[in-house]
Amino acid sequence: MAETIAFYTLSVLILGLAVLVVTVKNAVHSVVALVMSFLCVAALYVVLEAEFLAVIQILVYAGGIVVLYLFVVMLVNLDRSPEEHEDPRRLSIFGLCLAGAMLLEVAGIVVYSYNRSASTVTAPAAASPVQGNTQELGWLLYTDYLIPFELASVLLLVAMVGAIVLAKRDL
Amino acid sequence: MMEITPAHYTVLSAALFTIGVIGVLVRRNIIIIFMAIELMLNAVNINLVAQARQVENLVGQVFVVFVIAVAAAEAAVGLGIILAFYRNKETVNIDEMNVMRW
Amino acid sequence: MLDTVFWPLVKIVVLLNAVMVSVTFMTLLERKVIAWAQSRLGPMRVGPYGVLQAFADPLKLMTKEDITPANADKVMFTLAPILSLVPAFVVFAVIPFGGDPLYYVADINVGLLFIISVTSIGVYGIILAGWASNSKYPLLAGLRASAQLISYEIAVTMTLVSVILTAGTLSMVEIVEAQQEAGIWFGFIQPVAFVLVLIGGLAETNRAPFDMPEAEQELTGGFHTEYSGMRFGLFFLAEYANMIVIAAVVVVLFWGGWLRPFPSVGALALLDYIPSWIWLFSKMFLVLYLFIWIRATLPRYRYDQLMRIGWKVLIPIAIANVVVTAVVKVLL
Repeated sequence: MAETIAFYTLSVLILGLAVLVVTVKNAVHSVVALVMSFLCVAALYVVLEAEFLAVIQILVYAGGIVVLYLFVVMLVNLDRSPEEHEDPRRLSIFGLCLAGAMLLEVAGIVVYSYNRSASTVTAPAAASPVQGNTQELGWLLYTDYLIPFELASVLLLVAMVGAIVLAKRDL
Repeated sequence: MMEITPAHYTVLSAALFTIGVIGVLVRRNIIIIFMAIELMLNAVNINLVAQARQVENLVGQVFVVFVIAVAAAEAAVGLGIILAFYRNKETVNIDEMNVMRW
Repeated sequence: MLDTVFWPLVKIVVLLNAVMVSVTFMTLLERKVIAWAQSRLGPMRVGPYGVLQAFADPLKLMTKEDITPANADKVMFTLAPILSLVPAFVVFAVIPFGGDPLYYVADINVGLLFIISVTSIGVYGIILAGWASNSKYPLLAGLRASAQLISYEIAVTMTLVSVILTAGTLSMVEIVEAQQEAGIWFGFIQPVAFVLVLIGGLAETNRAPFDMPEAEQELTGGFHTEYSGMRFGLFFLAEYANMIVIAAVVVVLFWGGWLRPFPSVGALALLDYIPSWIWLFSKMFLVLYLFIWIRATLPRYRYDQLMRIGWKVLIPIAIANVVVTAVVKVLL
């Protein structure tokens, strides 16, 4: 019961804020709507019993990546008046109806296949002991998925060096 | 409709993904396009976490951790490119980013 | 229904009231302590020894005219103080005032990460305040303050990793229980981490000596230049609430939370008659006094010195601390 209320409230908020992100003209308003949307997604992760992921979502996505976007939006907007940012939109009602039709098709396929195969879903045996979301995730990350973990850290190092080199004024 | 099944989460994820795709195709400001790409990545994350709870295997959540890490790296480098381009051409409208066209 | 909705609401109301009252008295405490450090008396007129000054100041702010700049972005201008204040209050939900479930609102098993992530949302209030004022001093100050905040966040987060390694858990209640089992406060096992979190906490709340972004002599008031009346009051409250949060986190992680001094020495068991939350409040008071004392004493850092300390001094020390802690934990 609580999950139903939480899911519907959060999904309305997430989709509404996502529509705001995509349609609002002022880029700063768009970024703030994105932050709110990410916070609602983090709340959805808590409903899905993945609290470590919820906190990581707030820490990395909402508190790091979107701050970066906000900085860049402000640096780009610094010497221009707001009226110059009217970008002509390639929006047409036919396109929106087509997107809605595709979404209905995908939703129909998902619901149909879920209802058909609900009895044949088997859960693979979980090898790690059940301790709590953080401990289980940490166990998996450091034993089975150690190589992707190390590669991800090398990737972040490369991205850091690349971003500094690209954004520096004089090298 | 009263009980929330993983199909509900997948439909939510599909709707969020569609909104992201519309954002990428419709908007001309490149920073808004990047933000719509982040929306798409979040849609995929929601789907992964919901399915991970369904099959009770945490591999889905491990995947989400890596998606978040890669999204952070991509955002940093992408915004660096945007800043470098803006310093040269003073625009963020992707219709005007056609320097290498023939 | 009663347990899941009613009692937490009562606890939340009590907690919010306590935090608001303590924030208003923090303003008075700061003025008094700085005055005594400078051989003067501070506010003495309102009430006996100036105690009611804490209520006179918010009253003055509420009755002032609320000015919005002409070309300011009205939505963001209103939203910025809210985005600054709310994360400071949300963190109090996971701080335990005692071992019994009566004394905390929630004990989530990622409590420490929750605190770090929610305080990093407070950056938005500063950036949006600087942007929405549509004026160059607030914009520069806002960008500077937020850059300072996110830099010191990295150092503090890495330091907290070594604390998590020592305690073996992320939940705040279990960290204090680990200190009770070990019989010694973590401040003595991890002195480097304690000092780093203190310095990082000072920098994160824009307190002296790291208060360049909001110093009056430098940037005419910083990111809250254009704010007046109760909106400015909200920023003021947010800064003191953040200070109290950092003090609470430092006490819970390093000074034993609600435990009495020497928790394993049985001879001092009669100190147990003092309730646990009084121990926590006294220790928090000591940390806050330390913060105000530092402000009264030290000159402020220049901005490039500040950033240099954050990136080139604190982060290497924090990483070295994590490595040493991990090695010691494996060897023991």
